[in-house]
Amino acid sequence: MIKNISNLGDASVYCDFGSEVNENINSEVIKYFNYLSKLVKNKKIEGITNLSPSYNKLIISFDLSLTTFSNIKNSLEKIQIENEIKHQSKNIKIPVCCEDKYALDFDRLTKKLKLDKKEILNLYFSNEYFCYMTGFIAGMPFLGDLEKNIRCDRLETPRVKVPEGSVGITEQFANIYTFESPGGWNIIGQTPKKIFNQNEIENPALIKPGDRVTFYEITEKEFLNWNE
Amino acid sequence: MSETFFEILRPGINTTIQDYGRKYLYHIGITVSGAMDLRNHKFANALVSNNTQEATVEFAYQGPLLKLKNGKINFAITGDVFFKILRKNSKVEEGKCYKNYVLEEEEQIDIISTKNSAYGYLAIGGGLKLKSFWDSYSINTKANIGPNNGKKLSINEKIQIKNTNKVQSSDRKIDYKNVSNNYIRVIKGTNFDYFSAESQSKFFKEEYSVTNLTDRMGMRLKGSTLENTKSTNIKSEGLIKGVIQVPADGNPIILLNDHGTIGGYPKIAVVISADLDKVSQLTPNTKIKFKEVSLEDAENLFKSYLSETNKYLNEIN
Repeated sequence: MIKNISNLGDASVYCDFGSEVNENINSEVIKYFNYLSKLVKNKKIEGITNLSPSYNKLIISFDLSLTTFSNIKNSLEKIQIENEIKHQSKNIKIPVCCEDKYALDFDRLTKKLKLDKKEILNLYFSNEYFCYMTGFIAGMPFLGDLEKNIRCDRLETPRVKVPEGSVGITEQFANIYTFESPGGWNIIGQTPKKIFNQNEIENPALIKPGDRVTFYEITEKEFLNWNE
Repeated sequence: MSETFFEILRPGINTTIQDYGRKYLYHIGITVSGAMDLRNHKFANALVSNNTQEATVEFAYQGPLLKLKNGKINFAITGDVFFKILRKNSKVEEGKCYKNYVLEEEEQIDIISTKNSAYGYLAIGGGLKLKSFWDSYSINTKANIGPNNGKKLSINEKIQIKNTNKVQSSDRKIDYKNVSNNYIRVIKGTNFDYFSAESQSKFFKEEYSVTNLTDRMGMRLKGSTLENTKSTNIKSEGLIKGVIQVPADGNPIILLNDHGTIGGYPKIAVVISADLDKVSQLTPNTKIKFKEVSLEDAENLFKSYLSETNKYLNEIN
């Protein structure tokens, strides 16, 4: 349920679902997101221009020349999601090469976590992850939760350039850098798989909120010869 | 028949193609983009009888030098822009903004620079011939999304023109002056209470200056450092244009059209919709002051902004 609705500026609605980050709260966010997306698609609600689901918030942007905060708020308060739209959750498998030249932060991680590289990777690869949201850069998935023993804070100084395909971890989360970009996550490997493709207009992002993701290790040879 | 196009003899500093931008894509990490100064984008189109959603050429500071090939066109430039038209008879004509011109084959437009503003717009009658990405022609150079592989325009490239069979010699123009006061009106953000009482009052009392670290993604400001007494990070959440976020160093950043879609810095305030064009046009070292308004005021100010825009658009038509 939405705990609180407020305005963010004059052209967006800020829906607060709670302060913690967990799958239950995030599933509620995604439920509202899917429901509203459908209303927008079927032209049942006017003026909405964007929906941004995140861990525990949903921001609804609208065109102020077509509607107002109070209109959208009223509609939201009337919404009852009876027949919950089942999210077609996919299981996606992502190959990762963890050879030293792609795994940039193992020195830091082994020191901070007091585990060796093999132990860290075992814990990382044995888990299934839930996609809380995508964004920051196009298609970047925010996945969770990491096993407790491999949670580590961000780099003190973020990298100016993280290579495309880098797979990172920080706190309880894992991600994939879909483009070369600045970033402060601990890089443990790199995937050759294309996670975002702007020429796939209908479906540019491989991983979507609500999907489940597992990672598996590949050799450098497999990485270099990867062919989709 | 060969196609009409511009040859880019000099690309300018940051010349891109823009329109209204993209919708319904925040959730996969694609930002809106679009013209930084929407009003001037609309005026440029209207002056050449285009639909206001048609793509225009947006330039920042130094603009492009363009030579017309295989045809005759109408064009208009808006913003506060210094430009010249190099005619076929070697005559150099001083250009005026907010006016419709006819350009003949082999003639050139030399967009020398913007004055006391960042962005200007060039519209071509009939529009540009481009491939759209998610219903928009906007180029986002940070994510390489949009036509031209999402890259800014560069030398020797071509700008293809769509439809040039309706060239008009009629004198379409408006008498428009860009807003130049430096008050930026805002609504308090969702994390306003993260900041000390002293910082909250300083935010509205003291001047901030625009720094060089300003582009289509955002505008970093310098001034009174804001003290965060709660937490310098929030759980990452959605962002919109106009959000003023404050990272751990205490210096505010105003998010603009190509902003990241998710961020974890506290939001102290949000610029009202009526002032977004004005904010986008601020140049480095300009001093600004924030002024708080209510949601109701912001909504009314936006109505005035729209009706003023429409008044000029009607004047053109």
